[in-house]
Amino acid sequence: MPGITREEVAHLARLSRLELKSEELDHFAEQLNDIVDAVARVSEIAAEDVPPTSHPLPLTNVMRADEVRPSLRPDEVLAAAPAAEEQRFRVPQILGED
Amino acid sequence: MSVIDLVPYEEALASYDPVMGLEVHVELGTKTKMFCGCATVPGAEPNTQVCPTCLGLPGSLPVVNAIGVESAIRIGLALNCDIAEWCRFARKNYFYPDMPKNFQTSQYDEPIAFNGYLDVELEDGEVFRVEIERAHMEEDTGKSTHVGGATGRIHGAEYSLLDYNRAGIPLIEIVTKPIVGAGDRAPEVARAYVAELRELIRALGVSEARMDMGQMRCDVNLSLMPKGADKFGTRSETKNVNSLRSVERAARFEIQRHAAVLNEGGTIVQETRHFHEDNGTTTSGRIKEEAEDYRYFPEPDLVPVAPAREWVEQLRGELPELPRLRRQRLQSEWGISAVEMQSALNAGAIDLILATIDAGAPADQARKWWLGELARRANEDGVELAELPITPAQVARVSALVAEGKLTDKLARQVIEGVLAGEGGPDEVVAKRGLAVVSDDSALGDAIDAALAAQPDVADKIRSGKFAAAGALVGAVMKATRGQADAARVKELIFEKLGVTPE
Repeated sequence: MPGITREEVAHLARLSRLELKSEELDHFAEQLNDIVDAVARVSEIAAEDVPPTSHPLPLTNVMRADEVRPSLRPDEVLAAAPAAEEQRFRVPQILGED
Repeated sequence: MSVIDLVPYEEALASYDPVMGLEVHVELGTKTKMFCGCATVPGAEPNTQVCPTCLGLPGSLPVVNAIGVESAIRIGLALNCDIAEWCRFARKNYFYPDMPKNFQTSQYDEPIAFNGYLDVELEDGEVFRVEIERAHMEEDTGKSTHVGGATGRIHGAEYSLLDYNRAGIPLIEIVTKPIVGAGDRAPEVARAYVAELRELIRALGVSEARMDMGQMRCDVNLSLMPKGADKFGTRSETKNVNSLRSVERAARFEIQRHAAVLNEGGTIVQETRHFHEDNGTTTSGRIKEEAEDYRYFPEPDLVPVAPAREWVEQLRGELPELPRLRRQRLQSEWGISAVEMQSALNAGAIDLILATIDAGAPADQARKWWLGELARRANEDGVELAELPITPAQVARVSALVAEGKLTDKLARQVIEGVLAGEGGPDEVVAKRGLAVVSDDSALGDAIDAALAAQPDVADKIRSGKFAAAGALVGAVMKATRGQADAARVKELIFEKLGVTPE
């Protein structure tokens, strides 16, 4: 299995809007490789008779009735916001967009 | 941004075949959001309809809205789709403040509905089949307000403010297969498809599908390939085209723009573009991210949806009459042509006409008022027909007053004007404006005597059998009564006074 490259880490960092230093790119590439290797060991055990699954419980169709439940109060909603204005979350200039 | 000279439309189509893909997002009219119980009331104060789940706070867990799933299946069935026996939600990861979770819960490679079609009818009655790739469930994003900068747009903004009331409202995204073979009618097909889809969504009752309110939004993907080629060109994706007219204009503009770029030997950049309602052009947006950049993976917090076949068949059995079939039925019931039906559809008048008929008006009268006077007014005021402040029952009442001879068409138009101006119902307007037809014989008698006295030669002609000459006298009486006389009754009285009996 090909390892995760510096370039891929840089690409992921861009998608995640993270600014990484050059040495961090190497550092995270190594760490991510270790993680991918660890996870890959699962496929050594999972034979073709074991279907991939996204959920450990054999459940389907857990649904809720379309009934309104109370929402949070605006002050609760904004309690953890770094900045708020006009009862809205205030976020920095959205970069890389026009 | 460089300004390009567009290639004339006909010239572009002489050299290239357009290929379109239409993505339509429909906001469902559920009481609550897709994955939590927050209300979805439009126009609520900012951030009053949010909870830990739609804010993506740690420890919160989503649970899917049963009506959301049911609506998705019903839309799929109405679009002749297969319904998945088993499917999952997926996380679409992206870092943008319109989703506080940093991902949108959507569906990726396992949509709930797939492989369908929708037949759409063009203005001249030609039927074009649009193939449906998929319809999947997802959630809407929050609303951003950009502050600072000149125009309130992202560009040049200093910061943005986020209201998450809309984040999490159920969306169904309906994606067509590539639409090929429409040729120069491609923009028309795009418009007709979105119009038919809107009718369908409304007939199903899953959303009001008001494009002007963002309840239905269309992205237009378009590419050109040289005539005779079988490999698609690079496409552009014009986002959030929010009226039927704009869908057609956006497709038309992109055809002309692509042709201009290709004719000069350039290459089309795969990008999103913004449509401008004011001048019908598009401008470059962001370079489109690759699907893999969204790092989709199955949503671990939601269990799979596996609609039982019995449920699906029950929903299929309960589908309403589909709009195109309903129009065909009404067309024959009303005894009108396909073109007339199409114009009623385009005017958004079908349900209004039906309601007016239900309120007692004859079909031809109901059609006449909604497609004539009222369509003209709606057009002048730039509003939808249904938004005019007059009800089908009031139109039916106007029609009844005309039928009873209490109003002439001319007076009826004034009554409608009064109703639209908020002066009350038809009877009230008649009373307030004194618009009732004068058919009271004594009131008409004086006016008729005066007309006869003024035009003795005409009276002689009528006596000698030239009955058509009565028109001149009727005209004089109408003028004298300022149009409020019942013309037919005036004519009768003239003949009576002159002692003649026309054939």
